[in-house]
Amino acid sequence: MTVTEKILARASGKDRVQPGEVGFVSVDKLMMHDVSGPGVIKVLNEWEKKGKKLDHIWDPEKVWIAEDHFVPNADKVSAENIMTLSRWSKRFGVTKHFKYGLGQYGICHTLSHEEALVLPGQVYVAGDSHTNTTGALGAFAAGLGHTDIAYVLMYGEIWLKVPETLLFKITGTKPNYVMAKDIILKIIGDIGTEGANYKTMQFSGDVVERMSMDERLTLTNMTTEAGAKNGIIEPDSVTESYLRERTTAPYSKILGDSDAKFSEIFHYEIDKLEPTVAKPFSPGNTTAARELQQVEVDRVYIGSCTGAKFEDLQAAAKILKGKKVKVRTEVLPAAQSIYLKVVNQGLANIFIEAGALVGPPTCGACCGAHMGVLGEGEICVSTTNRNFPGRMGDVKSKTYLASPLVAAASALRGKITDPRDILE
Amino acid sequence: MTSIRGKVHKFESSNIDTDVIVPGQYLKIHDPKELAKHAMEGIDPEFPKKVSAGDFMVCGNNFGCGSSREHAPIALSTVGIKAILAPSFARIFYRNAIDGGYLLPIEIEPETLSKIRDKDVLEINLSQNKIMNITNNESYKMVPFPDLVSQIVEAGGLIYYRDGKKR
Repeated sequence: MTVTEKILARASGKDRVQPGEVGFVSVDKLMMHDVSGPGVIKVLNEWEKKGKKLDHIWDPEKVWIAEDHFVPNADKVSAENIMTLSRWSKRFGVTKHFKYGLGQYGICHTLSHEEALVLPGQVYVAGDSHTNTTGALGAFAAGLGHTDIAYVLMYGEIWLKVPETLLFKITGTKPNYVMAKDIILKIIGDIGTEGANYKTMQFSGDVVERMSMDERLTLTNMTTEAGAKNGIIEPDSVTESYLRERTTAPYSKILGDSDAKFSEIFHYEIDKLEPTVAKPFSPGNTTAARELQQVEVDRVYIGSCTGAKFEDLQAAAKILKGKKVKVRTEVLPAAQSIYLKVVNQGLANIFIEAGALVGPPTCGACCGAHMGVLGEGEICVSTTNRNFPGRMGDVKSKTYLASPLVAAASALRGKITDPRDILE
Repeated sequence: MTSIRGKVHKFESSNIDTDVIVPGQYLKIHDPKELAKHAMEGIDPEFPKKVSAGDFMVCGNNFGCGSSREHAPIALSTVGIKAILAPSFARIFYRNAIDGGYLLPIEIEPETLSKIRDKDVLEINLSQNKIMNITNNESYKMVPFPDLVSQIVEAGGLIYYRDGKKR
């Protein structure tokens, strides 16, 4: 069995599971945030009105709450949603509620690894499609909607179809101007935005083995954009040392069997991979950054769970150091702990001296919520994950998805720029 | 609910995503009637005015991709859509539609897509996994629901399935 199959077998109390099998699995961790949470609570309230007993939830210790989409409160409605979440977590004794302005908080998928809230071998479900991100820790991590999350909150289990696994073996020597973002955009460009529908995307190979956790998280994060049910990387020494710095909680690593069956194996040799960009209006609409050097941009957005981890911001700072941005540029670290490092290690100075705005952690404009949404016709290079029509604002705005290196280089020239043209 | 009849609203394109079905700025809204006003706003802001209760949508591949927002099936079902027919669905949209009991995601064969026209009247027979096109007298296959999914559909949603009773 593959690592995903072994985790699901464990969680369904079986010795073996086969791809295609449909059944219930027990859940180890659950998260909801200020967009999904109020929807979930509404579903629970409706069930309660219809006679469901709701004096407690399945396990408050296994549940955590993030405030990330419309925070700091964008308006009255957002404020009410945050108040609804706060009342709910108090009522049901959920203590892991990461409140903005009150210590550590940030984008939910960033907190899940920064705070080691999910561990290898666990089944983690959350009310957000980019839940796949957390699979980089060697967990089964998948997104669900309101009704499913409400159901897990009551019963601690959910039905799933065991997915087939696509294996992506990434080998070679990664050029220093290439980031995990370029690799995953290249893959999505090749297999398409439904290339992994209902399936698992697993990553291996010497490039992945040498990758830091921050970079691995970019790979799994973007599996959502190929339609994958989950993305996963088998836990190894990188995973262990990452977790050692963050938690003392015990876990047992689950690895795939040596005779695991994959429905397809894709080999990527990346020595010659170029910085890659996804053009509007699909993450699968990819091309080399150099093909787009005539495209003038209005904005650069360096943010989100995909592209505002600490190493993403280090990469951007490497480009921006001692230079000035030509177009409006926002840098929004993905969690407060990252923000603090950005300040302590001098990155904030680099960004601000370059003329960029440094703001608080939030999903912000990535999902068109607030904090820099795009107007009609505006063109943005963004380190985020989606560029559907209207994703970051007006339906006639255009988002080009890119790595933090490409985004920062583009900020300096006001045109889409290959980082080699700045660094070399 | 073995057989349902409705008029088709056809959207040719593939990968119609949830950012188009309910744009991100409305995610803070949780009132179904308010959400329904914005159903499909990213493609056709007039859409809510065109739909009558019980209508169907026929769409390209990978319908409902992108964000996990349950706002999407809630908006579509509140506006009156009873079933969406497409060659494939994004997984979270599919689950939300079934588990919330909002509407039926019906998988059709890829070649069926071009045979169904805007405003055709269809009759979907769930017990026979068959779709009749009343307008042109054709019939098409639907991909049967897996057993568990079929039982959840029959119950009217995941919570009703759990309780062993119908909505």
